[in-house]
Formats: sequence, structure tokens, C-alpha cells
Amino acid sequence: MTDLPMPADASRDATKSSLLVADARTRKRNAAEKRFRSYGAAAIGVALVALVVLLSSIIGGGAGAFRQTYLSIPVALDADVLDPKGNRDPAEMSKVLTLSYGRVLDAAVDTAVADGGIEIEGLSDKDIGGLISKEASAQLRDRVLADPELLGTTVETNVLVNGRVDGYFKGRVTMESAEADGNTSPQQLMLAEELKERGMLVTRFNWDFVTNPDASDQRPEAAGVGVAILGSLYMMLVVLFLAVPIGVAASIYLEEFAPKNRWTDVIEVNISNLAAVPSIVFGILGLAAFINFAGLPQSAPIVGGLVLTLMTLPTIIISTRAALKAVPPSIRDAALGVGASKMQSVFHHVLPLAMPGILTGTIIGLAQALGETAPLLLIGMVAFVREFPAAPPEGLFDPASALPVQVYNWTQRADPAFIERASGAIIVLLAFLLCMNVLAIVLRRRFERRW
Amino acid sequence: MAGILGEQSGAFVGLLAVAAGIIGFVWGLTRIGVEYKARDTVERIVMGVLILCSTIAILTTAGIVLSLVFETGHFFQKYSWTDFFFGTNWTPRFQGNSDLGILPLLWGTLYISFIALLVAVPIGMFAAIYMSEYASKRVRGIAKPAIEVLAGIPTIVYGLFALITVGPMLRDYFAQPLGLGQSGASVLTAGLVMGIMLIPFVSSLSDDIINAVPQSLRDGALGLGSTPSETIKQVVLPAALPGIVGAVLLAASRAIGETMIVVLGAGAAARMSLNPFEAMTTITVKIVSQLTGDNDFSAPETLVAFALGLTLFVITLALNIVALYIVRKYREQYE
Repeated sequence: MTDLPMPADASRDATKSSLLVADARTRKRNAAEKRFRSYGAAAIGVALVALVVLLSSIIGGGAGAFRQTYLSIPVALDADVLDPKGNRDPAEMSKVLTLSYGRVLDAAVDTAVADGGIEIEGLSDKDIGGLISKEASAQLRDRVLADPELLGTTVETNVLVNGRVDGYFKGRVTMESAEADGNTSPQQLMLAEELKERGMLVTRFNWDFVTNPDASDQRPEAAGVGVAILGSLYMMLVVLFLAVPIGVAASIYLEEFAPKNRWTDVIEVNISNLAAVPSIVFGILGLAAFINFAGLPQSAPIVGGLVLTLMTLPTIIISTRAALKAVPPSIRDAALGVGASKMQSVFHHVLPLAMPGILTGTIIGLAQALGETAPLLLIGMVAFVREFPAAPPEGLFDPASALPVQVYNWTQRADPAFIERASGAIIVLLAFLLCMNVLAIVLRRRFERRW
Repeated sequence: MAGILGEQSGAFVGLLAVAAGIIGFVWGLTRIGVEYKARDTVERIVMGVLILCSTIAILTTAGIVLSLVFETGHFFQKYSWTDFFFGTNWTPRFQGNSDLGILPLLWGTLYISFIALLVAVPIGMFAAIYMSEYASKRVRGIAKPAIEVLAGIPTIVYGLFALITVGPMLRDYFAQPLGLGQSGASVLTAGLVMGIMLIPFVSSLSDDIINAVPQSLRDGALGLGSTPSETIKQVVLPAALPGIVGAVLLAASRAIGETMIVVLGAGAAARMSLNPFEAMTTITVKIVSQLTGDNDFSAPETLVAFALGLTLFVITLALNIVALYIVRKYREQYE
């Protein structure tokens, strides 16, 4: 490397240097080279390790949300309790409170425990009744109201089990932690263990997590992301119908028609600055402009959609402009040459050719909007919503949640079972994002044209 | 609409549509003439729509500035601005008489951003240097998209990661044994996780900038006998320095405006301390906590969020403008 004639320095003797033996300085320089290179490799290694740890910790923590423990027992639906008038009229029956169904269920569990011949020292009635979720009675009520014919019969029911017991089978709750926990007891867990051995307690895949609405603080086992998925979907619809046409129109103007003057300069600087404004500032804008000023309802997907539209506009504009710029001028010249107006050349030729690039940019922008949380917190999407919103367009004004906000919501609850739910919701969110990104890549591969 | 108006009005709406069609047809017929160019008229309208759409960006900025300035004005009528900008206490109370000094929040924000940049800048830069100067095509083809995946992950995921993994880990293995703190939420937790989030941001910006340095500079340095690392350290990086400064400023603006990671990872206690294992809070966290739930828009405790938002907006805007200016100047230099 250093076979250049070196200056006749006191420390070095040029005549003694050899091409075959590296001298001290060369060795030092080569070592520095190696070190530098290894720093680079290490940096990439650190980034990749961070990615792997991040994903595995979330997926490892959230996988449990997709499995749920159920108690399958025969439940005798006592017609005298559940339909005191005895006429099987759903309107009359809906007056019977969830509480009565709870009693029916408790009786069923007691019978099941007695029939199974399970005896555990120190097992109290509270332990047995507390085995099943508080949500289970509401679910049974819905089922009976939907099908009054079930009354008076004994039906095999899959009853949702309490979150602590469910957590025991997932390894979150142990006998030691149950000792200190007021909501469960070691006896209860032993009972659950016994029931599991008899095959009455099964842990299986939990579709309800994807379809159920949120549940209250005491019922983590019943909480799901159904409303949140629907809310996110509605907001994406709003973004798609607003941000894409506006973004594409703005890009067409800026890229194809705008004269180079101070006004368009202002617009350009504005767009690049908007792309870097913190997302929470858009939330403040949404609160002040759409809710306080325009009077739109809080927690409505329409407001969330509008805020996300403003946020994704810069992304869509930047990628659309890049796509338009990639279409060679010869296309425009040819169209103009055969008598098309400037507008026709753009709409009939340039735009269709730029479509794949625009679509890819749009999907990336939508993916970004889907994961955005902070602005939605400010416009009231954190509210506890159990009702599914109606079909659009009216449903856009109904309260709803959103996937990332639901995650935040669950992290604020006391029961650690909600952390598992939050990680589960993130898995759902990441699955959606993955699909969108794969779609974007496929579109780019399929339709991208090199000029 | 028809559902609200009822069955009968459906027929009425239909008639109305037919009438409108006929009127439009007649109007169209009367306008046809030798001199009349329909294409030009249509295009003028379309052009108007296009221009209107492109001004939405300006309207958005105007909306942000107006809503922030307006409510901040209300806030400063109720709370002295010197106390806000120079107050060192943050203790909002429901019954009023709150201390709303921004300094503890600003300190938390800057401290966390500093740690985040301390993580992201070296890792991001070295990753970019390695990928653009050393890596084989195959390694680059795997590493670059993998690092970019980090950029596509929503910040709430990083927040949860800080809350359930990084926070407890730092607390159990470092803070408690060293006797430095008891809380999982801390400046270091939020800073580390935010640093990971910023790695792809720094690395992709630096990658662009390093690639923009002309190959002739590298060839010159290598031809004079310097090793690749000497070329990078003494030729490429100095040439790319303005761009890199711009990239770091953009990353800083990202870090300052980041919300979800600090909401879940940094804590809620407003505190000015040097201990990185202590929980501190940031401007964005306080905007969220003051504006979620039921708001009373006449109380200074709610309105302060707009003043915080305005401060945040001004800081990030200044950083962005300087950064974009530097990056643009730098690009022109080599184009």
C-alpha cells in the first residue's frame, strides 16, 4: 500500500522498507481501516438486532391475546327465571337483566363442579363463581334473546373464563401471585387445573379478539379490537376519498402547470414543511378547527379522517410529483404534437402512465396514517366505545376507536392482562401494515416502467 | 337523503333530477356557437380546481398557525407570559392557581432528544457509510430494506416496546442495582427507544448525502494512496458535512415532536434533573395530558396546551427551515 517514496524522515529509513513486510505505520493504518469497517458492520448489526428484539418482544407478548380459555359446560336455561311471563316474546324477555343470567351460569358452574366430583380444600363459592368472566352472562343473554327457543333446554355453552384464570394457563399468573391478588386465589387456580384435566376447560384460538368491541376494566378477557378495526377502516376511507384526489390534483398543478413564481415557491416550501410538522400539532388543529370551530362530533371517524388527510397530503404530493416527473417529456410532446391541449396531454397520457407510482405512494401514505396515534388522542378517539358505528356515511359521525389508540388505551389500564391485549392489537395493526406494504411492492414490481 | 325524506319525496327528487337535466340540455344548446370553445372553458374550470387543491397546503399551515396563535392569545390573557416561559414549576391544579412553567418540560424534551440523537446519529451514520462504501450488493440488498422496516413501524409500537421491554429492563438491571431510580419510565428508556426509531431516518438521509459526493473526490483520495476509511474520514465526510448537519437537525426536529414514545416511556413527572434514570416529561406529553378527556376551554390549564403546541411548532419549524435550507444549498453545490 505504502510503497511511495517516503520523505527521508528521522524515524524511518526508506532503504529498509519492503513490499513484503508491512512496516509499523502501514500496520497501524490497516488496523484503523479494519476498525472503521467493523464499526460500520456493528452499526448495522445493532440496528438489525433492535428490529428483531422489538418485533419478537411485541409478537411474543401479544400472541397470547389470540388464544383464550373457555369453560364448556352444559347450562340449563331455566325458563322461570329468564322468561317470567312465559310467552317467549323477545321484547318482554329483554327486560330480564344480565344479573339473572349470571345466576343461571353460576348454578351451571356449581353443578359442573359437583358432578365432576372436584374437592379442593378452602374453595369458596366466590372462587367457583369468579371462575367465569363477568362478560359471560351478557354473552349468554344475547344468545338467548337471539334464539328464545333455547329457553327451558340445556345447552352446551362455551363460557368465557376470568382473565386471571386465563392468564394462569398462559403463564402470566402464578400460584404465588394469586396468593397476593384479591381477584383470584390459589384454590381457584387449582379448580381450574382440575377442570382442565377433565377436559372442560379448553384454550383455543380466539376469533372474538378480532371481532369483539372493547370491554371494561374488569373484563380484559372479553376485550377485542372489532370497533377499533372498523374505526380505522372508516378513517382510511375518508383519507382515501379526500387525500388522494386533492393530493393528485395539487401535484398535477405544481408539476405540470405552475409558473415558477413566488406564489408557487411559497406552496412548495409549505408542503415540505408540513411534512415535518409534528403529528400532535395536527391533532391540535383538528381539535380547534374541526371540533371547536366547525362543531363536528368528538371521537368520530370523520374528524380523525380529516386530520389524517391533512397529515398524509404532503406524503402523497411528494410521491405523486416524483411519479409525474418520471414520465418522459417525449410523451407530453407527442400528445401536444397531435393537437391535444396541455390539459389533455396530462390527463390522457401522463397521469395514466404515472398511476403505478401514484398508487404506491398512496398506499405508503395510508399505511403511515393507519399507524398514527398522537393526533387522534386529542380529538377524543380515546373514549370508551362499545357500540359498533353504523354503516357509512352516517357511521362516519358515530363514535369509534382506532387501532393504535386502542393500544394506547389498554396500556393505561391497571390489569396486566390488557398489556397482552395491547400487544395483540399491535400484531393486528402490523399485519395490516404488512399487507399494505406488500401490496405497494407488488404494484411497483408489476407496473413500474423504466423509460 | 331519500331515506330521511320518505318514500313519496323519492319520486319528487327523481322529477327534480329530470328537470335539471332538461334545463341543462337547453342551456348547453343555447351556448353552442362558432366562437365558443368548450374545451377551453372546461379546462379553465379544471385548472381552477387544481389550483384550489394546491392551496390546501397553505390553508393547513394557516389553520395551524391561526388555531395555535388564537388560543395562545387567550391563554396569555389568563396567565402571564413571563411565568410561562421562565417558570421552573409545572403543577397544574384543577381548582386553578396552577404553576405552568415550560422550562421543566423543555428540559425533559431536550434531554430525551439529546440521548436519542446520541444513539441514532453514530449508528445511523456508520450504517450509511458501511452500506454506501463497503457493503457488497447482497448485504446492501438485505440490510437496507431491513433498516427501512424500522421506519415503517408506527410510533405506538415503539412506545409499547419502551413500556413493556426496555423500561423494566433498564430498571431491573441498571437503575435499581446502581441505586439511581425506581421507575421503569425514564429519560433513558424514552431516549434509547426514540434513538432506535431515528436510526433509519438518519441512515437514509446520510446515505443520500454520501452518495451525492462526487466519485471523483473519492478516486482522487484513493489514488493518492489513502485507505478507504481515510478517504471517508478526510474527504467524503468533510465534503458531506453540511448535508449531514441538515440531516441531524431534521432528526432533532423529529425527536422533539415525537409523542407516543415519550407518553409511554418517559413518565409524567415534570422535573429538572440530570439523572437519566429518572422519569421526566416533555412538551408533547403535557399537550396530550392537558387536552384529553373533558376540556374546559376557558381554563388556563387547558389553554396552556395551545401555548405548548405553539412553542413546539416554532421550534420544529425553525429546525426544519434551517435544515432544509442547508440540505438544499448542499445539493446545489454538487449538481
